[in-house]
Amino acid sequence: MPTQYIPIFIFAALAAAFPAVTLVIFRLIRPTPVAVGAKLKPYECGVEAEGDTRGRYSVRFYIVAILFVIFDVETTFLFPWAVLFSTREEGFRLEPVFALASMFVFLGILIIGYIWLFRKGALEWV
Amino acid sequence: MHAVIQYLISIWVPLVCALVIVGVLPLVTGYIVLMERKVMADMQARLGPMRVGPHGLLQPIADAVKLLIKEDIIPDEADKAIFWIAPLISVTAGMLAMSALAIGPWFQIADLNVGLLFIVGISALGIFGIVLGGWSSNSHYSLLGALRSAAQLVSYETAAGMAVVGALLLAGTLSTREIVTAQGDYGTWFIFAAPVGFFIYVVASIAETNRAPFDLPEAESELVAGYMTEYSGFRWALYFLAEYTNMVVVASIATTLFLGGWLRPFAGTPAFNFLDYFPSALMIFVGAYCLYRAPKQPVKVQQLFMMVLGLAFFGVALILAAPLIGRVNDMLPGLKPGLHGAFWFLLKVGSYIYLFMWLRFTFPRYRFDQLMRLGWQFLIPLSIVNVMGIGLALVLHRQWGWSHWTAFPLTTALTLLVAGWLGWAGEKKDKEHVFVGES
Repeated sequence: MPTQYIPIFIFAALAAAFPAVTLVIFRLIRPTPVAVGAKLKPYECGVEAEGDTRGRYSVRFYIVAILFVIFDVETTFLFPWAVLFSTREEGFRLEPVFALASMFVFLGILIIGYIWLFRKGALEWV
Repeated sequence: MHAVIQYLISIWVPLVCALVIVGVLPLVTGYIVLMERKVMADMQARLGPMRVGPHGLLQPIADAVKLLIKEDIIPDEADKAIFWIAPLISVTAGMLAMSALAIGPWFQIADLNVGLLFIVGISALGIFGIVLGGWSSNSHYSLLGALRSAAQLVSYETAAGMAVVGALLLAGTLSTREIVTAQGDYGTWFIFAAPVGFFIYVVASIAETNRAPFDLPEAESELVAGYMTEYSGFRWALYFLAEYTNMVVVASIATTLFLGGWLRPFAGTPAFNFLDYFPSALMIFVGAYCLYRAPKQPVKVQQLFMMVLGLAFFGVALILAAPLIGRVNDMLPGLKPGLHGAFWFLLKVGSYIYLFMWLRFTFPRYRFDQLMRLGWQFLIPLSIVNVMGIGLALVLHRQWGWSHWTAFPLTTALTLLVAGWLGWAGEKKDKEHVFVGES
């Protein structure tokens, strides 16, 4: 049923156009920026900005990103399972005990991985 | 060309919904901000905005005009193109997530069969706007705010997704419309079957919308304004709009999944049919209060404004009461679920947002390591156990014929036990923790 998505595309165009058009149109009313000097510098509590921001930052952010990918993919796998577990469409519903057992195995492996991460200290921030 | 117009006319309902959302949502967010300021003032024993319009009712409009005509500054060292486009991404993603939500049985842009997955996926795109905005500003505060925001969103996304899975197990469908219908058929809202899931979703959604007590990306005492430090004027307003749109979106998801969507309380019980009069009664009460306050306004224009407002509420009350008249209901049978559904849905969304504000003004801000620990070491394991518990309850009910009244309380108790253990273990670890500099 891809026709359902046509109103969504129109809505997406409207939602993207609304802020962009407002931003452009009100440029005519807005005072032209006459900002010079320190006004155009990045804010750092009144002192000169120290160093470049395009540097390196804490590795923990990367660890969180990697862990997120793992756990989010697991969640995505659970979505179709959850729907098929109790769908009302005839003939598609999974057999309850089998479905639950297979998901317990799946989540069990996830939990073992989680415990390993926990013991490694990957979930600690400091 | 003719065919295109014909086609557009054939889908006029979703198009009108789209126009209404794009047109009204900025205004609604403005008034949510006003509501937040008023609630904050009330909780701190102040009056809040009182100058612009009676009781500050026109403050959002004044703010919007001010922000629109403010000088627009782009820092010298910023990456101009990305700086320009980042707030647009945030706003568009937030608004687009509204498209699959059903505000009452009438008002929906598209009833997708993957509705909830679509909403969760699209609303997560907003993080791109935040990260790009923070990175392109080329300011230390912005970058740190953006990184924190990304880490926080990503950590709580999983817990929120698992909580959603718990409710989907009960509903058995991803379409927002059918989830609400399923709650009607069950005869109870899913919050009563999965209270732990609701709790996880509340906490995770507060963190996902970057609100206090989890507002670390924009913690003003540490990071000035976080990722929007370099943004001013209308661009800043766009970020603000995106934040409040996201609040409306998570409140709508919670309402659809856990709070029965557009169903009124006790929808299946005829003994509670008197609740059908509640929408009109509430509107009459608000209108009467406006009329009562009108003579006390200091300026004539304000008195007039309050009178018109009161009469407008009476008008809404009349419209909401119309389907209760037997003859009107016979002529337009869809009117009652359409109007009252929208009323109940918006009332629940409003209550959920009020809960957000209440929490914001009650709790102190978390530290970042506490925040990550709560997400990774408490909410994520708890949400996994919650999914297992609901699955177990359903199997007990379907396979071994336990009644709902024994299966769900049992698994909820088990989940709560796990929650207690997780909390206890975390607390114990916290006590053992020694900070640098402490002996």
